[in-house]
Formats: sequence, structure tokens, C-alpha cells
Amino acid sequence: MKSIWVITKRELASYFDSLIAYLMIIIFLILSGIFTWLYGSTIFLIGQADLQVFFGISYWTLFFFIPAITMRSLAEENRSGTIELLSTKAVSDWQIVVGKFLACTLLLVIALACTLPYYISVAQLGDVDHGAVMGGYFGLLLMSGMYISIGIFSSSLTSNQIVAFLLALFIGAFFHILFQFMSSGSTGIVGHAMDYLSVRTHYESLSRGVIDTRDLVYFGSFILAGLVLSQTMLSKRNWHN
Amino acid sequence: MAILIENLTKVYGEQKAVNNISFEIKTGEVVGFLGPNGAGKSTTMKMLTCYMAPTSGKIFLEGLDVDKDPEEIKKKIGYLPENNPLYTDMAIIDYLKFCAEIQGVEKSLVNQRIHKMVDMCGLNQERHKRIGELSKGYRQRVGLAQAMIHDPEVLVLDEPTTGLDPNQIIEIRKLIKELGKEKTVILSSHILSEVEATCDRILIINKGKIVADGTSETLRGQAQGKALIKVQIEAGNGAAIQKSLLGLATVESVKALEEKPDYFLVQSKPDLNSRKEVFDLCVKNGWYLMELTGIETKLEDVFREVTN
Repeated sequence: MKSIWVITKRELASYFDSLIAYLMIIIFLILSGIFTWLYGSTIFLIGQADLQVFFGISYWTLFFFIPAITMRSLAEENRSGTIELLSTKAVSDWQIVVGKFLACTLLLVIALACTLPYYISVAQLGDVDHGAVMGGYFGLLLMSGMYISIGIFSSSLTSNQIVAFLLALFIGAFFHILFQFMSSGSTGIVGHAMDYLSVRTHYESLSRGVIDTRDLVYFGSFILAGLVLSQTMLSKRNWHN
Repeated sequence: MAILIENLTKVYGEQKAVNNISFEIKTGEVVGFLGPNGAGKSTTMKMLTCYMAPTSGKIFLEGLDVDKDPEEIKKKIGYLPENNPLYTDMAIIDYLKFCAEIQGVEKSLVNQRIHKMVDMCGLNQERHKRIGELSKGYRQRVGLAQAMIHDPEVLVLDEPTTGLDPNQIIEIRKLIKELGKEKTVILSSHILSEVEATCDRILIINKGKIVADGTSETLRGQAQGKALIKVQIEAGNGAAIQKSLLGLATVESVKALEEKPDYFLVQSKPDLNSRKEVFDLCVKNGWYLMELTGIETKLEDVFREVTN
């Protein structure tokens, strides 16, 4: 556990040192701020004090931002050879992967925490459904976790950050939107399966404030799968043949 | 810490990078891996440091199996990889702190160890810089510092002196010798004088196999079977001298040096020496023997002989 935290600390520090963290937080705030409060926004018109608009915007901004954060995590180590240094230290491949996952997740938590003023502002305007807001944040966090996990896996496949970025977007796009399209075009079991695989299905029920174990299992299993696959990619050098 | 390697083999695709090698290293030995590029030195080191698993064969450190207890072993090894990869965006001190923490150095000792490493590796002047701003020689020092930060029992250094200037090379060699008094050190190099200067024992590796193993003296001795002497005889007729030298019972071959008249290189037959015979010959013929020097076989010759 201690080793994981050492890695997380280093990763997080390097995000802040290299300005990626600040850029990401600022751009995220600007984009979600503009679309929530100013441009094409319905927040003042619907007569309801809630943050659905913000959650709807973040659903898209995070989809594009997360691959940009995760793309360097392992690809850069592969490129510069520091992976050799890291994996000959007293840590396991699993600890490396989890450490990096936690660093990205923490960065996301910080970014989301910076949007709390939105929540406070809306709460000033009227009665907010606190459950729905909590659920919305929780949903964003779980969705981010899933895309971070996919992003780290993509990053473990290559030593090129751009490839890692595009690959993460490509895989993410299926869950984000493509499965949803496919489900509307098909019926029966296939339709259900596609519907189940789509992130939107699970994200929407969470952002209404309904916390269902099925949704938790969905996000949890994809996070775990991404981490296990990344670890497998790291351990590949260690196979006996 | 004793290291035992048994029938180690690593195959990359079709190519056997390391081919069934076995050897043992005792605690406190400074061992040099010597070999041409692509001989399998780095691959052996990578397997030893748990970076790569061997295709077959076993590695034991003090009885611990690399395959089964990598975590335990990694704590006891300090490793400087071949081209010294570093996190270039980190400050030296932060980086050393990271390495110390991850290697499980006790919290109260971390700062003390960092100070010691900075002193030992001569990083004091540059201590506040980022690694990316350092020259190659200083980066190499940071690489050494991170390898030693947790005071490991075994140091594995893959070409530790590349990129250093002559003064730094001498310093690093001194450091390695110093460390070798209590630790097991394995270093690789393709510079012969380097291993000769630092190592108690030399393993010459070629095409994945160990082709020679011993101290620099024993290795030189092996090649010295045929003693070589350089003589200068002043008597005018070079061809006649060469002919009568060749006529001596102990002499295998004679070569006249082209660039210097009157000089001859005389190689004796195995395990024989021709110095007396040459002297007697000169006395008999009334020639002036101006010079008679024994030529020591260089490690270079041993190296060339076993790797060709």
C-alpha cells in the first residue's frame, strides 16, 4: 500500500509540475462553465435548481480530457525506458498500475472539486435535489474511473503518447456512444446487451440520484478489467518464452 | 550476498541472447562482464534484476529464487540500467527521495541517505537542478546515486562509466572499488582497462556464452603461454640475424619490425622462454644486444582471442 502511495504522489506531482494538471483543470472549468451558465444553456429557463446541465456537459468534456491525462502514464515510461528502472524497484507491476490509476483519479477529483461553486450557486437559487447532485458527481467519478482505466491500458500498449490518446478515445467511444447507437438499432438480447454496455445507461440513473448495485458492478468491473489488462501488458516482458 | 546462476538461457524470437550460462559470485566480489556489443551482458543483468524472466534456468540470490521472491530480491539490489533512464522532469533531490521511499528506506533515514548519496556521487553543486538540465556525466552520477540509495547488498551496474570524463571515470572506479569491499558488485563494460582496473574477477561473454572466467592475471596468463620478447641486435645484416634467431630451439617465430631497423619480435614456443638463448646467440656471433624486453600480453589480446 505504501509503495502505491509513493507512486501516486510522484505521478500527481509530475502532473502539476508539467502544468498538465493546471491546464486540464482550467480548461475543464472554462468549458463546463461556459456551457452550463452562458452559451446555449437552459439552466435559468427550466425553472428547476439542479445541475443536470453541468453533468450533461461534463459527460462529454471528461470523455475527451481523460485520454489526454492518461496517455503519458505508461507510454512515456515505455519510450524513455524508465519502466525498466521502475519495475526493478521494490514494487510489483500491479502496484505501479494502481499507483498511476489513483494519481489520475485524484487529479479528476481535484478538477471536480473545483466545480463545487456551481453547486453552491445553484443552491442559492432554489431548493436543490441534493441527492441528485451527489449522485451526479458520483456518476462522473465512476465514469472517469472507467475511462482512466481504459486510458492507462491504452497507454500500456504503446510507447507513443498520441497512439495511446487515440486508442483510448477509440475504445472509449464504444462505451460512450456507439453501443447506444447499436442498441437502438437492434432488438432482443443483442439490444439489451448493447444497452447494458453503454455508459449512458448507467450514468443517467446515477445522475438522477439512484444508486443501483448493477451500475456499481458495471463501472467497478470495467475499472478492474482495465487495470488487470494493463498489469498483464507490463508483465509481458516477464513471461518465460 | 552470493549469487548463483544455473543454466540461464534467454531467447528473443530466434536469437539466443544468453545461451545456457552458469556461474557463481561470492559475497564481496567485484565482477566485470566483458564482451562485445550484443554479447548478452545486459540481458543477463536484466534477468538478474528481475526485469525479465529467463527462458529457462535459475537465478538465486543468497538462496532466494528470482522467479519466486522478486519483491524481496529487488529490495536488495541496486541497478543502473544500460542507458540510464531517468525522470527528466524531476529535481535531483525529489527523485532520490522517490527512489528511497519506493525501496523501503525508513522514513527517518531518507534525508540522511540522500545527503550521503549527494556527497558520495559529487552532486552537491547541481543538487537543486532538474535531471533534464544536467549534463550526461551528472546524469550518470544520479543514476549511480539512485542505485545505491537504499544501501543494497548487490549492485548491478550496466556500463557505469559511459559519458563520464576521465577524471570522473577515475572517481567512479575508486567508488566501485570502495563499495566492493563490503558489497557484491557486478558491472559490465566493453572497455578492457576499466574492468581490469576495478574488478576482482572478469567474465568474458561472447554470443551468449561465457568464454573466459578468472582474474585479469589468470586470463593474461592463459594467453601468455607463448612468451613474446622484443630484441634489438646491431650487426648490420638483418636477414641473417632473423634466420639464426629462428634457428634457436625454443623460438617459434621471428618478425622484423619494419618501422625500426634492428628490432625483432621473438615469440617462443608454448611454455618456453628464449631470453637466455638469444643472449647466448649474440655472444657466440659477437653481435651487440642493445635491448631485450619482455612484452606483457594485454587483456586486449585475450579479449580478441576469445571473442573472435
